[in-house]
Amino acid sequence: MIRRIWAVFRKDVLIEFRTKDSLNAMLFFGVVVLVVFNFALESVRDTMREAVPGVLWVAFAFSGTLGLNRMFAAEKENRSLQGLLMVPIDRGVLYIGKMLAATLFMLITEAAVFVLSLVFFNLTVWREIPYLAIVFLIGTLGFTAVGTLLAAVAANTRMREVLLPLILFPVILPILVNAVEATGIILNSRDYAALRLPLTIMAVFTVVLATVSYLLFDYVLED
Amino acid sequence: MAERSRFDNTLGALLFIGMILALYMAFLQAPRERTMGDLQRIFYFHVPAGIAGLTALAVNFAASVAYLARKDRWWDSLALSAAELGVVFLAMVLVTGPIWAKPVWMVWWTWSPRLTSALVLWMLYVAYLLIRNYIPDPDRCAGISAVFGIVAFIDAPIVWFSIRWWRDIHPSPMLETGGLSPAMRPALWTCTAAFLLMLVYLLRRRLCLELARHDVEMLARRVQLPR
Repeated sequence: MIRRIWAVFRKDVLIEFRTKDSLNAMLFFGVVVLVVFNFALESVRDTMREAVPGVLWVAFAFSGTLGLNRMFAAEKENRSLQGLLMVPIDRGVLYIGKMLAATLFMLITEAAVFVLSLVFFNLTVWREIPYLAIVFLIGTLGFTAVGTLLAAVAANTRMREVLLPLILFPVILPILVNAVEATGIILNSRDYAALRLPLTIMAVFTVVLATVSYLLFDYVLED
Repeated sequence: MAERSRFDNTLGALLFIGMILALYMAFLQAPRERTMGDLQRIFYFHVPAGIAGLTALAVNFAASVAYLARKDRWWDSLALSAAELGVVFLAMVLVTGPIWAKPVWMVWWTWSPRLTSALVLWMLYVAYLLIRNYIPDPDRCAGISAVFGIVAFIDAPIVWFSIRWWRDIHPSPMLETGGLSPAMRPALWTCTAAFLLMLVYLLRRRLCLELARHDVEMLARRVQLPR
């Protein structure tokens, strides 16, 4: 099973690294969101540090949605979805492979956007980086766990790109709320004991919704 | 049950009597609240609408699971009807809430856990209806919306727990804590019963309509009519 997941994952990552279609768009959009927020929050510049976690996660979620929208684009455009579905593997394997690929792309984007935000918002972090990495990783896994399923849902509709954010954001609210909270704790209060609660909720969300999505992915991808 | 049965007519008559009784209980029988005055009477509609709405969403969840297991159109039609009613009842909750809150809390809205999760729940099921709207193929629409119905219902409690640590100013459920005056209970129970009856009645009517619509679509397809 691991080998099969790896094959799906490798396929998506290879295609992406050769074309760089969605990675470029995700990275650039992440930067655009940062810049837009910089102007939107002009009046509270003095307390910008408080707003950084929110701005970061909005940028991650927006650029992540962009990536998720492209998740089935290659298959749709080349009409190879049929072929992929005919491969004698469990649909759940497809789900995990695609989800891990989406997670990797999002983490790359997040790293770049985060480094830029340090420059834009004038932050200095060193010792906080491992904690942030954990929060980013769990948050992103939760985001893609549902995102992969809902991207497949949206891919079936007439309004694909428009619909995904509408159905995705209400569902991932627990991830957004807690990821912002956790990032805020790390960047501002540094009370690491308080990280337990948001991290637990994010982990529970991820495990529960990944399981549900794994089981339901089959029904979304019928022919 | 593609036709209106005698049972539906009886149910409709019962609902009419129940609603009049509910109005009487809420506006005349129930005592005037000491600090909030008559304003408190909105409670007899706010809470029953919430109960009816959550019941409708539970029906949607059960019907979605049943559809994926059985692949029977009937379950899909039930899921759709229940989701629509859930959105309507939750909208009633979200409208009556701020009307009560403005004079009592001095604000229309506050981002307390209860309010936020009610709003998110409403949004989840509006998203459900949106998905249904944008999938032309009926079979695919049924399967995919069932998947989203299940995800939404499982997500709802997590949404609630994930924001629970926020300060909540919403009154806690008074039936659990026993804070509701015994004199107000009959009115609340009557209204809840009337709203649940309304849910059952509307659910049956909507389901009937949806099944008829589906039949017409199948017939039109068979004789190749352009829709």
